[in-house]
Amino acid sequence: MLNPRTPERERIAKRIARELRDGDVVNLGIGIPSMIMDFAGDKKVFFQSENGILGVGPTPPEEEADYDLVGASRNPVTLTPGASLFDSCASFAMIRGGHIDLAVLGALEVDETGEIANWAAPGASILGVGGSMDLVAGARRIIVAMLHQAKNGKPKLVRHLNCPTSGVKRADMVVTEKAVFVVRDRKLILAEIDPGITVDELRAVTEANFDVSPRLAPYTN
Amino acid sequence: MDKLISPADAVNLIRSGDRLLVGGFGLSGTPRSLIDKLAERDVRDLTVISNNLGTVGQGLGKLLAARQIKKVIGSYFTTNRDVVQAWERGELEIELVPQGTFVEAIRAAGAGIGGFYTKTAVGTLLAEGKEHRVIGGETYVFQEPIGGDVALIKAWKADTLGNLVYYKAANNFNQVMATAARITIAEVDEIVEAGALKPEEIQTPHVYVDYVVLGEYVKVGGRYVARPGNA
Repeated sequence: MLNPRTPERERIAKRIARELRDGDVVNLGIGIPSMIMDFAGDKKVFFQSENGILGVGPTPPEEEADYDLVGASRNPVTLTPGASLFDSCASFAMIRGGHIDLAVLGALEVDETGEIANWAAPGASILGVGGSMDLVAGARRIIVAMLHQAKNGKPKLVRHLNCPTSGVKRADMVVTEKAVFVVRDRKLILAEIDPGITVDELRAVTEANFDVSPRLAPYTN
Repeated sequence: MDKLISPADAVNLIRSGDRLLVGGFGLSGTPRSLIDKLAERDVRDLTVISNNLGTVGQGLGKLLAARQIKKVIGSYFTTNRDVVQAWERGELEIELVPQGTFVEAIRAAGAGIGGFYTKTAVGTLLAEGKEHRVIGGETYVFQEPIGGDVALIKAWKADTLGNLVYYKAANNFNQVMATAARITIAEVDEIVEAGALKPEEIQTPHVYVDYVVLGEYVKVGGRYVARPGNA
């Protein structure tokens, strides 16, 4: 299954949901970011989908699904009151032009300066980029949602990207199931940590260098 | 209606070697009747300009299976395994363009603009070899317009002049592609009299539309299925 709802992935989505502010226009990437909508509660945010929707609502029951009203992963969606529909040209003008308050993106790797790689694995065929580079370049604020380590245990927070970069603009925040980092002046700062692990234990599974915030807080949902 | 022709006649306008713009995001907004007919023709070496190549055996996946496509320009080809395999065998050339740059390049072609500079993709593999320019202290990369010979688009309704409206999120690339080819052919679900569409609801004015075909698919339960009698 493409999007298994593991506790780790849900934890990341729940934590990022707390970053949503009333009035925000938010673009959610595929994978973990797509789960955030379920945890938005009664926050008044407007979800944008790059195929031309502002005001994406929850997934409809299958019998009400319309496959001409889909999100970025071609998943059926609904519209919220006041939603608008437009073409891809207007949608990317919105993204590129800095009109999206927050983009939440999955990533293969993030380096210690906050640079993001989220479109191609090293050496693999480079056949899909979608809107990822437009979102990195154009969104006002970027939060990366990713598991702390790859399936083989390799850290995803690295010193230097092994995967090709998605752009020169850095993430503002990186949320994994173990920790929350903020990026300031191209440095990772540990802001929150899972109360079950120590900073040293976190460093052991994090290749990137990071500073520890003097106000380090426990990572809770 | 002067512009109304059959899907079979419409695809006769397409020649081997043409650059073909095709609308659709996944299968939503894909002119499937036109593609079905084109897949039956001996038309080859097409350069297809489309965000993606349908799914396995559906939409543009049919043209790929029939080996009619030489090159594709778009943003997302990893979800159709036939595309990946054709590329790995060296049978298909792929030019990958970020989705927003792709659609804006099509807009430029249709609007008589000789390209534009964008921040998207600066510093990445997709900007390599392209002209860069610093504007207002920030680095931008140049993108040329992307136009074509024939555009195959999918709209919801046409009036008898060829004015078009699109259905929900099935607009996607269709509205802009309608402007960017020598010949634009629109596949629609329904044709109404001129005057039946409100002027302010028309999304593509008829000036952009050369031919209209009535689609051979109908919407049932949220998905398109072959129209009875055309199965």
